[in-house]
Amino acid sequence: MLYVNVKKRLPYFCFDIEHQFACQAITAILGVSGAGKSTFIHLINGLKKPDHGTIVLHSTPLIDTQRHIFIPPEKRNIGTVFQEALLFPHYKVIKNLTYAIHNSMHQKFNEIITVLNIGHLLDRYPSMLSGGEKQRIAIARALLTNPQLLLMDEPLSALDMPRRQELLNYINKLSHEINIPIIYVTHNINEAKQIANYVAILEQGRLIDYGKTDNILRSPYLTNWL
Amino acid sequence: MILSQYEWQVICLSIKIAGAAIFFSLPLGVFIAWLLARRQFIGKSLLDSLIHLPLVLPPVVLGYLLLLTMGKQGVIGQWLYILFGISFSFNWKGAALASAVVAFPLLVRSIRLAIEAIDPRLENVARTLGASPLRVFYTITLPLALPGIFTGMVLAFARSLGEFGATITFVSNIPDQTRTLPLAMYSLIETPGSEYETMRLCIIAILLSMTALLLSEWLMRWHKKKLMS
Repeated sequence: MLYVNVKKRLPYFCFDIEHQFACQAITAILGVSGAGKSTFIHLINGLKKPDHGTIVLHSTPLIDTQRHIFIPPEKRNIGTVFQEALLFPHYKVIKNLTYAIHNSMHQKFNEIITVLNIGHLLDRYPSMLSGGEKQRIAIARALLTNPQLLLMDEPLSALDMPRRQELLNYINKLSHEINIPIIYVTHNINEAKQIANYVAILEQGRLIDYGKTDNILRSPYLTNWL
Repeated sequence: MILSQYEWQVICLSIKIAGAAIFFSLPLGVFIAWLLARRQFIGKSLLDSLIHLPLVLPPVVLGYLLLLTMGKQGVIGQWLYILFGISFSFNWKGAALASAVVAFPLLVRSIRLAIEAIDPRLENVARTLGASPLRVFYTITLPLALPGIFTGMVLAFARSLGEFGATITFVSNIPDQTRTLPLAMYSLIETPGSEYETMRLCIIAILLSMTALLLSEWLMRWHKKKLMS
């Protein structure tokens, strides 16, 4: 369960959400550019602080402004994959992957490497990889910290069409084979349709709708959008 | 060109003083550069101006201020002498301190620019991977800022080698103690009939500075090549 009740003033609107998310399988956060999707991700992983509010993940408060609780990003145990892979350029792939490997994940290392098909890239530097390969490594790196939640902030936006489809298949495979809740931010309805079990729609920092993918995709809001 | 004993003495003392100045000011320089590049705090502009002050102040003023604060009877200097037995007056340590103060802005500026050029999102990623701010600094910020740190060190070293005004005001011109290359040249210029010796020191100063700059260039290329390999 992920409970979010936060307010944050942004340059053009106020981000204001109060909702309880199921936090299982894949939840897509859908919205146009500038709807506050990345802010949502950064509030959950701790890279941004709300002006007021509470975020609770599996009954642990990550932030509570009234009680002056703020768990820093490094202690939240939440993995994040950003729009760009952001691999550390001075480390080889293997060092990127093991940068923060959790003790319990040493056994799962091979499994994740196999699922994402990156075994042959371990000895290379990030500058020697394609966009799709980099993003697969970024996903593996986040997973190897054994996170209780994986956040993905438009991970396909920097890729061309064939690479997007390839990575979508990997993410689908991931959610089935490695049991981890994923919050997947996108502005692409087709991506949400392909991989999400739940969809939340954001507009100008407010939650417009939330529910199972099939129900939400039939909502009047999205009909207008399409 | 075979160096005389006097020239060797001057060169060794100059390198020792410039080296000590950079070695001891580097940790503070890196910290201040990081603070200015990555943190927002009250008084940031003031700190920035203070750091850059030695660039625009006449070196003699700096030397005089050092005399007032760090001399044996100075505001801070007297306590350093009483508590730790450290004295900066009229010795090579004082010359190193004067060099460090004069070269500090160049050191900080280069490192700050290097840190500002690092994508802050890399540091954010490291934090979401569980790294503490200190670990992020040692494993991401510092290695990626290395070319800028090398450049800053070399610029500061070259500036230290050429330091004159603050040194002569603070610790005077004492042979084998504070007589660095520029001070030795000054002494020779003041001595009639020493044009040849002065020219030799002039060439040595140019060669030393060029070597430092070439070394910095080579180190930067090596680091870039390592990143791109």
